[in-house]
Amino acid sequence: MSGSFAVFARELKLAWSGGGGAALPVGFFAAAASMTPFAVGSDTIALQTAGPGVIWIALALSSLLPMERLFQADLEDGTLDAYASSGVGMEGIALAKTLAHWIATGIPLALVSPILWIMLQGAPEASGLVAGAALVGSLAFFFFGSIGAALAAGMRRGGLLIALVTLPLYVPTMIFGAATLDAAASGGDWLGPLMLTGSAALFGIATSPFGAAMALRTAID
Amino acid sequence: MVGAGASSLVLEVRNLAAARGLRLLFEGVSFEVASGESLELRGPNGSGKSTLLRILAGLTRPQAGTVKLVGPEDANGLHYLGHLDAVKPAETAGEQAQFWARYFGREPAVAKAAMKRVGLASRGAVPGRGLSAGQKRRLALTRLLIEPRPLWLLDEPTAALDSEGRDLVAQLVAEHRASGGMVIAAVHGDGFASSRVLDLSTLKAKA
Repeated sequence: MSGSFAVFARELKLAWSGGGGAALPVGFFAAAASMTPFAVGSDTIALQTAGPGVIWIALALSSLLPMERLFQADLEDGTLDAYASSGVGMEGIALAKTLAHWIATGIPLALVSPILWIMLQGAPEASGLVAGAALVGSLAFFFFGSIGAALAAGMRRGGLLIALVTLPLYVPTMIFGAATLDAAASGGDWLGPLMLTGSAALFGIATSPFGAAMALRTAID
Repeated sequence: MVGAGASSLVLEVRNLAAARGLRLLFEGVSFEVASGESLELRGPNGSGKSTLLRILAGLTRPQAGTVKLVGPEDANGLHYLGHLDAVKPAETAGEQAQFWARYFGREPAVAKAAMKRVGLASRGAVPGRGLSAGQKRRLALTRLLIEPRPLWLLDEPTAALDSEGRDLVAQLVAEHRASGGMVIAAVHGDGFASSRVLDLSTLKAKA
């Protein structure tokens, strides 16, 4: 177990010290949402209608951005060889790395989401719910994304493959997450869709380390 | 270094075959390495030395054959040092040694002692990107010292090292063998003292 914990601590430190690993995804997320009024128009009703969808599409695509480097650097510099030959399970390594990157990038994404929500004319009192839903949703996006990241680790410019493999896995989370915000905006029952978003995240956490580990063992071979 | 109980270990390799793509690298490779022994893998570039080491490390699947470490159960485990040194550019040398100590569940003092032993005691604060190729190799060697494991698989361990560094590797190998460890290394040029040799160029399939 000490192996996975050590990897978790190392990744968290590297993600934060390496010149703001969260800057690009958070910037992308904020830019996508702030461009919306220019495309949709400044009409309040139109922005309120588009808001939940825009936030979730932007969140999903922002979560894809860090995936290309998630395992690639470790594969290129031989660190994955060292991990894999040490007897520590690759499942634990994949889980530790994904969780660390979610903390370093996914949490900042969730923290800026209420600002974007208000920019898109969302009800301010729903801000906390928006942040909570984005927190849960990004967790699902990062873990499903880790499967694509592991599959593409051995490829140059594997970003397209990551998107192709991962985006279909994002669909359920996207539907439940956007439904949560829709319900929040219209004053409906948001707890049901939020719990479904959470179940998608739990499913991702429970299954993706196994898929990622399998893909990584093939990448090393 | 390896501890009691490791003295009865044997690595059994039976009828190993490996291919890269459609090209058969070697087949019918069988050997045994017992505690205190070392085996040098020799052969020209591309003869399969690195692939054989990766198979022994469990990283690459062989076409055929088996690898078994026979001995007391608690004496399991190996270290694989490949061409790549697993050095992170953004982390300092000291942090990386400390990371491996935590990874293997060892005390920080063990990492410090290992850094001293490989001659990097004064380079602890230098980030990985600031280390020379030889210093990166020395940093990779600290893994061998931080966590005692009976089987060392070394792929050209002296590559990029100066003469003092080569002496260091020879010393580490000698000490490891004296304490009951096993070493299998791909080497060019000077080998280790009283080591057996497996020449892969003679094992290549005549196809």
